[in-house]
Order: sequence, then C-alpha cells, then structure tokens
Amino acid sequence: MARIGVFVCHCGENISATVECDKVAQAAAGFPGVVHSIDYKYMCSDPGQNMIREAIREKNLTGVVVASCSPRMHEPTFRQACSEAGLNPFLCEMANLREHCSWVHEKGEATTKKAIDLVRMMVEKVKRNQPLYPIRVPVTKTALVVGGGIAGIQAALDIANGGNKVIMVEREPSIGGHMSQLSETFPTLDCSQCILTPRMVEVAQHPNITLYTYAELIGLDGFIGNFKAKIRKKAKSVDEKICTGCALCTTKCPQKKIPSEFNEGLGKRTAIYVPFPQAVPNKPVIDKDHCTYYKTGKCKICEKVCPAQAIRFDQPDEIVEVAVGAVVIATGFTIHQTGFFPEYGYGRYPDVLTGLQFERLASASGPTLGEIRRPSDGKIPETIVFISCAGSRDPAKGIEYCSKICCMYIAKHAMLYQHKVHHGKSYVFYMDIRAGGKMYEEFVRRAITEDQVNYVRGRVSKIYERDGKLIVKGVDTLMGAEAVEIEADMVVLATAGIANPGAEELAQTLHVSYDGHHFFSEAHPKLRPVETNTAGIFLAGACQALKDIPESVAQASGAAGKVNILFSKSELTREPLIAVVNRSAPPEYSTCVGCFLCQPACPYQAIEKEEIKDRSGKVIKTVARVNPGLCQGCGTCVAFCRSKSIDIQGYTHEQVLAEVMAVLEND
Amino acid sequence: MNIGFYPGCSMQGSSPEYNESVQAICSALGISLIEVSDWNCCGATAAHNLNRELSLALPARILAHAAADGLEEVLVPCAACYNRLKMVQHEIGADRKLQDSISEILDEPYQGNARILSILDFLERDVEPLLAEKIMKPLKQKIACYYGCLLVRPQNILDAKRHEDPQSMDHIMQLLGAEAIDWAFKTECCGAGLSVSKTGVVAELSGRILDDAAHRGAKAIIVACPMCHSNLDMRRKAIEQHRNKDFDLPVMYITQAIGLALGIDPVKLGLKRHFVPVNLEL
Repeated sequence: MARIGVFVCHCGENISATVECDKVAQAAAGFPGVVHSIDYKYMCSDPGQNMIREAIREKNLTGVVVASCSPRMHEPTFRQACSEAGLNPFLCEMANLREHCSWVHEKGEATTKKAIDLVRMMVEKVKRNQPLYPIRVPVTKTALVVGGGIAGIQAALDIANGGNKVIMVEREPSIGGHMSQLSETFPTLDCSQCILTPRMVEVAQHPNITLYTYAELIGLDGFIGNFKAKIRKKAKSVDEKICTGCALCTTKCPQKKIPSEFNEGLGKRTAIYVPFPQAVPNKPVIDKDHCTYYKTGKCKICEKVCPAQAIRFDQPDEIVEVAVGAVVIATGFTIHQTGFFPEYGYGRYPDVLTGLQFERLASASGPTLGEIRRPSDGKIPETIVFISCAGSRDPAKGIEYCSKICCMYIAKHAMLYQHKVHHGKSYVFYMDIRAGGKMYEEFVRRAITEDQVNYVRGRVSKIYERDGKLIVKGVDTLMGAEAVEIEADMVVLATAGIANPGAEELAQTLHVSYDGHHFFSEAHPKLRPVETNTAGIFLAGACQALKDIPESVAQASGAAGKVNILFSKSELTREPLIAVVNRSAPPEYSTCVGCFLCQPACPYQAIEKEEIKDRSGKVIKTVARVNPGLCQGCGTCVAFCRSKSIDIQGYTHEQVLAEVMAVLEND
Repeated sequence: MNIGFYPGCSMQGSSPEYNESVQAICSALGISLIEVSDWNCCGATAAHNLNRELSLALPARILAHAAADGLEEVLVPCAACYNRLKMVQHEIGADRKLQDSISEILDEPYQGNARILSILDFLERDVEPLLAEKIMKPLKQKIACYYGCLLVRPQNILDAKRHEDPQSMDHIMQLLGAEAIDWAFKTECCGAGLSVSKTGVVAELSGRILDDAAHRGAKAIIVACPMCHSNLDMRRKAIEQHRNKDFDLPVMYITQAIGLALGIDPVKLGLKRHFVPVNLEL
C-alpha cells in the first residue's frame, strides 16, 4: 500500500504570490495514498529538507512529491535528501508549481486548482515508481578540445598539466586563433603575440597533447566518459614528418595574390603557405582551391624546389576515430565584414575597415609592419574615425546583444593610432562606453585625456567617399543633437561579433543546444556557465558569448577544471532513465516480437539483438535489447515500438498514463 | 497578362511629362497598360499625417477597383503613390480587424492582393529584356541615378534591394549606353514634403544632391519620382540662389531617358516641359 508524502513549497513568494500553498497541501492530504502533506516557505533549505527526511523516517513513506520549482533546478537536491533518509531517490518526484503555474498565471482560484492538479498527477505517478539504481560506466581519460584559439589552448594546457591526455582539433593550418592576429591587448598594451606564442609552442610540445591542425570534428557518438569522436584531417599535401619548415616552397609558388586570412584580406599569401611566421605547426599546407596544380594539372613548382621532397599531391583526407571522455568546445567567434553595412558603403570603400583589419595594420607582424597606412593608397591617415556598435545593439540589424569587446578595443585602437601618428586626429562615435573590468575604465579615460581621442556620443548615419576622403555623417547627442560631418582618411567599424559559420552544424554534431544567434548555450546562465546541457561537453571562450581574453582564459580554465574533476574518478554513475525492453516468464520471454523497427529509429545505435536460447542452445526467439551504456533515454524507440514492449525507466507508459488520468478523471 | 495602371494626380497635374514618357515607351515597345477604373487620390502626402483611417481607405479603394477590374498587377509610376499603396497593402494585409473596418468604409469587402509594381520593378522586368534590340541612340553620357526615399524605404516592406545603394536604374542606364556614376546621394532626402511649405529646406537638401552629382561629373540626373523631379527641376532657381552657384544639370525621368534612347521625339516625351532645359548632345 502506497504511503506518499507531499511537500508544497512557497519558494519565498515565487509560488505563494499566486498559488494558495496551504490549500494545495490540504487538498493533497485527501488524495488516496497520501499520508503526509505540508507546506513550507523554502523546501530546498536545510530545515525544509529535514522535514522531508523526518517524514520519510517517521511515516515510513514509500514515495515523495515535492511541489516546488522545475526539476531542472532542484530535483538532485530533493532526491539526495530522500536518499539520505533511506528512500530510493527515484521514488521522489517534483510537481513544477513555479515555472508551470505560479509564474505564468495570475492569482486566482483556477491557479490554485491547477497547482492541485499538478500535485495530483505526480502523486499518481510516484505511486507507480520503481526503485532504480544508477548505471556505472568507465571513463576514458582523454579530452577533446575543439578549437585552438586562446580558450582552446588554455583549456588544453590545463587539462594536460593535470595529467590527462588531450586531443586538440583546429580547423586552420595553425593554432592561435584571433588572439594571434591582435597587435596589442587592453588594458596593458601587452604585445598579443609575445604572450600567446609561447603557449602555442607549449601546446605543440606537450607530451600529453596531440595536435590535429587543418582538421575538423565531423562526428561525435557516445556519452560522458565514453565518446567516440570522428575527425577529418584535411590533406595538407605536405608530409609533415619530412617537411623541415624551410618555407622555400612558399617563396616560389606562382600564386601570390590570394587574400591572406590571417591579415584579414589586407595582405596576400601564396597557395602553399604558412598563415604567419610564428604559426604552430610551422609547416605549410597547400590550399587546393587556389593551387595551380590542383586547378589545371600543371605546375608542381613546390615539389621541384622542396629540398626534403615533402610535397604529396596525392595525399588523401584522413578520417581518425578517437575515444575521449570529455569535450571542450572552444571554437570562438567571427565578426561581420564591412559589406554587412549598407549605410557605410556595402564594403566598397577600401579605407573603411573592420576592427580586426585595423589590428593587422597596427601589428608589427602585419602587412604594413605596424604602420597605420590606408589600404587604398598607402598614405598615413591624418584623420581617423572609429565607430562603435556597428551592428551590435541594433535590433534593425538583427543583433540585439552587446559585442562586449568593442568599447575596449576601440579605445586601444585610437590610443595606438595616436601613439603612431602624433599629429593625427581621432574620433570615436559611441552609444555608451562599456568599460566594466579591472583597469578598463581607467584605460578609456587615458585615451580621452592623455591621448586626446575625441569621443563623440552619437551614431553615424552614413559614410561616403568624396575626393579621396571618407565623409562621415553623424550626430553629437551631447551637443544638442547637432549634425557632425567629419572628413576622414580612414574609418574603423567595430563590427558586431557573431558566431562562427558552421557553429549550428557543430552544435548538432555534438548534440548541444545553441541560442538564436548560434552561440552555444551554457547549462545554467549563472551557476553552470562552462557546462552544456549534454553531460561531458564543456564550453570555453567566445563560442558561448562574446568575451575578451581574460574572460576566455578564465572560462577555459574553468572548463579544464571540470574535465579534470570528471577524470579524477575511474568510474561514473549515470541516471538510470533509459529505455528497457520488457522481459517476462517463458514461453513469451518478452512481448517484443523482434520487428526491430526500433533499431533504425535509435539515434545512438543503442538497440541490439538478443537471442533467447533453450538449454540445448537452440534459438527460441530474437528480441531487442537496449545497451544501457549507449542509451540516452530519448524515448524515440518507445514511440516506434508497435507492441509497446519498450519503456523508459521512470517514465513508463503506466506512469505517464496515470498522470493523464489523474487530471481527466478529476475534471 | 494585363498590366493595370494607376496614374495618380501628379501624372496628370505636376508631371504630365512623366506620364507622356511612360505612355510613349510602352507604345513603342508594344506594352499595353489598362487604367484602373474610377481611381481616386492615394492620400499622399497629406492624409497619413491627418487621419489614419482616411490614409488607409483611399489606397484601399484604388486596390479594390483594380481587383474589380480583374487586374492582377498595377503599375504605379509615381513614387509617392507606389509607397502609399505598398504601405497600406502591408498594413491592412497583416490585420484582419483593420480589413473589416476598411471594408465597412469602402462599403465592399477589401481585396488588395494586386501586385503593386513601381516603375523600377516594371522597367526591370518588362522593359529591360526588350531594350537591347530597340536602342537607336545610345546615351553616351555620364549620369547620376537618383532614387530618393520613396522607392526604397521602408526597405523591409518594399523589399528593396541594396536600399542604401540601389542599382536598378543604374543598370538600365548602362544598357542605354550611359555611364552611371557611383555617388553618395542616391537615396538622400530632396526635401520632398516641404516643397511648398519650407522651400529653404528644399534648397539646402536638393542643393547637396545637385552639388555631389555635378562634382562627380554627371551631365544629367535621372529620377523616377515626381517629387524629386519637381524639387531638383522646378526649384532650381531657389537652389542656385541658396548655394550661390549655377548647376547646368538637367533632370530627366528614367522613362524619358529610355524614350530618347529608343529614338522617340523629345516633345512626345514631354522633354520640353522642364524648367531646366534638356540639351544633351545625343
């Protein structure tokens, strides 16, 4: 006979403001099988949990319903409390009175009635719950880090220094990411390459790190502790083991006018190339799309000049499969190009640049060796305009969010410009200056007061070119909304940071969720910022949301810490909420008829065939079996099963039907 | 297919030359236009500042008549009429309640599904493919295509391509043999609505447009809007006084330019009606 306890939580006023909690508890006391029903202000607090523990012991409860918030919030809390009192944790259920009732309805009788119904459903369900026991699975102590920018580098080094293995996959020919493109970094004006390149080298040389550059993750199966990753190593057309990195090939390649990705199109590269001199690995790859040989079948100059004979035109792409226990996604971000902005000329003015292009101009390793020169005519700009929030915080452009890094890098750009062009005039058009961070506000002040950067609060409506000048038409909202027109030689747009192309596809490959802008979603915006909703997959850096270097590094270390915690145990326990094909006594053995419709339906390849044999070894029947290690409990097979032979543990047909009937019968 | 035709007041009042040139090139190219029966004022530019219901009902009635005439498409050469009709179609189309109240005012069910064609939509789709064979006198001139605001904004509702730097007129002018300059004032405001009430503003705004076109070496400005035309042409004296500078820069409708290239008599294209004489060497 069921002995159910009901615990109704007020959640402060979150629930009690619209739901009469005492009435819910009173009503629940009258449900068949309920032997204990109370309400309390904070059920999740220690006294609240004690009430549950004591009731289980004193009243010998066989099931518990906590009517409070979403199970996403506190199911583990209450199940733990039950477990401490000796009740199997899977005999504890939650009725979501907060998100599903009090937050979405106004105060009134109907709201309280709905709350009572929600409790009634869970009481009927929990009566049918069975004790379940966690599944134990081994852990592969190797982490996969996707992306080799500063976030990926930091995560990989931290995991590797923790004594675990790391496989890093980077899409480009070199690791380093956007940080390797930057000139100086705010707020200290540290040289970006000087602080980054030693870390890049460390990654390449670390005994615990395997580095795959020019490679992409194309598949991920399995689950926490036991993933199988499929990586495509794109053919570099160069035998890395033999190549000495002398770069002679890159000087002889006849294709010399390919816009350099590293220099954001401001410089040129060859078809066989190393993206930048400090690249890691410092060995060239052949860009097949631009190589004369791959296009016409003739050339092979690189092969002729290579002293090590390392060129391999027939090298195929290679697919590698690796077993990993955890994944850190650190795929970073990109920015809108100037072509995104109709009002700023659709990208047709060569001297209207993105912030990243300006970084390359200001960088000692850039196409102008650090001199600020106009791409159009090579002249040093006398007047320069920086425009913040180009696209960001602009719903009309489809980007409501703040790109976060621009206010600071614009101040840095203007400062660098003033340091390099002493007589130059610089203007910054801004909406607000968001300089929240250690020494950030001071840095912006320095740009304004010490380096004489003219900050103009207002938007720029239009830029056009006239007689070699860029006419910038804007407004100064602090000077009586006066129209401002500046004849500039160069304009830098702080264009919105956006998710990388392919982010959506990657999220689907990894089975992690992402937001409307294709940034990957963290499991909880406050309390679980480095985890995804998929166990064992973590986030680092700007692929989750725009962030600057210190924040990316902090998150990467956080993710690495999570991975190392995961790898600190040899075994994991998983919730047993998985599909099970029923078994019964002979002669049926199971209601499963062996049609195996479930097999193609399963996204995780978790359905196996099991032969039931008699004592002589003769096969009596072939039925489906679910591999508990692979099953993710999605329930697709349950929907497909024609004989209703599969149930999700904890969510059986019987339980769900009981919930539905609890509402219908009462109406 | 029958293409309907809504002239609006300007084609009959302030800009008969626009109408004449539309009719002339259509007959030269064998395109027939069917005028919407018993049409009325579209309400621009006064109605939507004064009375919302009226500003919606006037264009709705035009659309209803087009539908009653069995017209699936209506060409609206005047940019202001075009803009009002498109806006109203958008506004009413998205709002069932509004449809009911407008139907009540019209005393018939609102039916506004006719495809509304701007002059540029029409030229691009129906005229451009016919041009290549028919050009008699290529317009070997540098010209500035001026689109104004009404043909491109609001860009989402009008579905305008490259609304800050539209290309359709430029493309047609290139087909006619002209060189369309890249300039910055294609869609800047000419001062349209203030043409009568605040001529000083018009002189300043239209002056900037003329100045940039002249500065870049254009020999003529090509327009597709009667408001733009009257501000740049009729208000020329005021502009020149305001800027203390003379501009020898005629303003032609795109349909007039096409007509010239097709070899149609300038008088039939209404070219003699302009304040600034059109003396292009062709």
